[in-house]
Amino acid sequence: MRAVIAEDSVLLRVGLIKVLEMGGFQVAAEAGDAEGLLAAVAEHRPELALIDVRMPPNFTDEGVRAAMEIRQRWPGTAVVLLSQYVEERYAADLLSTNTSGVGYLLKQRVADVADFVAAVRRVADGGTALDPQVVAQLLLLRRDSDPLARLTPREREVLGLMAEGRSNAGIAQALVVSESAVAKHINNIFAKLDLPLADADHRRVLAVLRFLGASRA
Amino acid sequence: MTIPAGLRRTVLRAQRDTGFLAAGVLPHLALVPVWAWAAATTARTGNWLLTVSVSAALVLLGTPVLTAVQRARYRALIGVDVPRLTPTAPEQWTWASTGRWLAATRPWRKIGYHLLLGPLLALLELLVLAVAAACLAGVTAYAWSWALPTGIRQDWFGYLTQLPAYTAAGLLLLYALPWTARAIARTEARLTLVLLGPSRAQRLQERVDQLAVSRTDLIEAVDGERRRIERDLHDGTQQRLVSLAVNLGLAIATRPDLPSDAREVIARAHLEAKEAITELNDLVRGLHPAVLEDRGLDAALSGLAARTPLPVRLRVDLEERVAPNVESVAYFVISEALTNATKHANAMRAEVMVHQVGEVLRVRVTDDGLGGADAAAGTGLTGLAKRVGSLDGAFHVSSPVGGPTTITAELPCAR
Repeated sequence: MRAVIAEDSVLLRVGLIKVLEMGGFQVAAEAGDAEGLLAAVAEHRPELALIDVRMPPNFTDEGVRAAMEIRQRWPGTAVVLLSQYVEERYAADLLSTNTSGVGYLLKQRVADVADFVAAVRRVADGGTALDPQVVAQLLLLRRDSDPLARLTPREREVLGLMAEGRSNAGIAQALVVSESAVAKHINNIFAKLDLPLADADHRRVLAVLRFLGASRA
Repeated sequence: MTIPAGLRRTVLRAQRDTGFLAAGVLPHLALVPVWAWAAATTARTGNWLLTVSVSAALVLLGTPVLTAVQRARYRALIGVDVPRLTPTAPEQWTWASTGRWLAATRPWRKIGYHLLLGPLLALLELLVLAVAAACLAGVTAYAWSWALPTGIRQDWFGYLTQLPAYTAAGLLLLYALPWTARAIARTEARLTLVLLGPSRAQRLQERVDQLAVSRTDLIEAVDGERRRIERDLHDGTQQRLVSLAVNLGLAIATRPDLPSDAREVIARAHLEAKEAITELNDLVRGLHPAVLEDRGLDAALSGLAARTPLPVRLRVDLEERVAPNVESVAYFVISEALTNATKHANAMRAEVMVHQVGEVLRVRVTDDGLGGADAAAGTGLTGLAKRVGSLDGAFHVSSPVGGPTTITAELPCAR
């Protein structure tokens, strides 16, 4: 799979290339700002774009805007945003376009190479990967809005892990419970959130994310 | 031979004061010919209407010039700045506003200074110059005595009596000259400042305006500096640390063949690098959260609330973004209050409310912790009170022992 990297720190760019190559990606191009990134995506049409949020010229949210543009113009390119701090607002922006093929992670997660590569692969395959900190922020905002208040702490925990993009098996492993217990929790969550049961795990995650992302505005 | 520093200073100061006073004589006497001429002509011709109007015109023309001369003299010779009176022009030129504007330049005092006080000051100045001249003549009396005819010089009894007396008087005057010149120069400076300078109210007004501007500048400079440091750390050290952690992570992932003790060392370094990143992130974010600048208070607070280890109920009700310095003070008040609630108060939950009422941004943070926080006890709360005060805001802490603690800040946010 081909990837494009946008990161203004040359030092980190080198590390990211190594990590992606280790994960079986082929880095087609690298850019130092949003403009260069968009040009590179237009040229190479990669499966994945790995984007730093803060880039020149303003060092604020250039990466978020570039990612949204990529999602709209080239839906075949999945995007993973990286930043020093994750902000719920940026996540909400990103999720407002499409929840499949997007990821938003803290930069320091790259250091856990195997986990990071797995998350990036998941996104490139059309999945989602949200940093636990983003999920915490999204959940926090709903804490006293009605539907989520009905969840038990355990269900909220499960919902958080779902929102990070984990499978039932992954959730069971993280919480040290059986998979059937997780499935039960998930069914409860959907019932409490008034969401109809859907066939694939994946779509359920997206439905939850939609709910989290869309109910603020 | 070295001259003692004290003496040297006295001599220099006397020299300066005397020079200053000497330079005052002519400008202080400048209007004397005008009124002398007016008085003489009126007496001669009886046409007072002509003389009064001509001399009034001369006085009116001369006053600004003489004021400028005096200002230059004060600044150049004794380093005293006589503030210029430049009242701000009214927005609309009506009779009343023009009158007020003119009155603020205090014209009568200036005319009085040059016309009436000036000649009196000139007399004092001439007196000092006369003393200086007499003292020079007295001290050097012996040196001049050679000029007397030979016969008189040798036979003259005064050689022994009068000349020593002159010399003694000269020395006495020499001793008195510095402080006389000083006293007169000071008196003159005081009178000049009162008559040519601004009134106390005007001075205070100007000072308040200056202080308000410099305080705003200072706060902006501090905020700008925090922003700069935040960006420097973000672009430099933080990226370097992440890169370090990534490389260590790569080493762990790609070199399973290394001996186990080497792997252990790398794993520990990896862990420490990640911890350093977390610590630095917290510190840097505390300096100035980039999202605050970019998306405003609401967005920055939701991040803050999520990072706080207790449940935080957050309600932000703002119609539009407020000024950056208000946003930043509000953010830091809430950030510090939440830190206190977590670290010191053992709170179980906290509530943050931010809303705008007219031109006031009201911030309230409540926690259900132990209470007993004291804004006067030199904790972070004191710093917060100062930051709020810097915006002319009100800061209040209610924290009875046993809780709950409520911190409120009201920040003026008129745009």
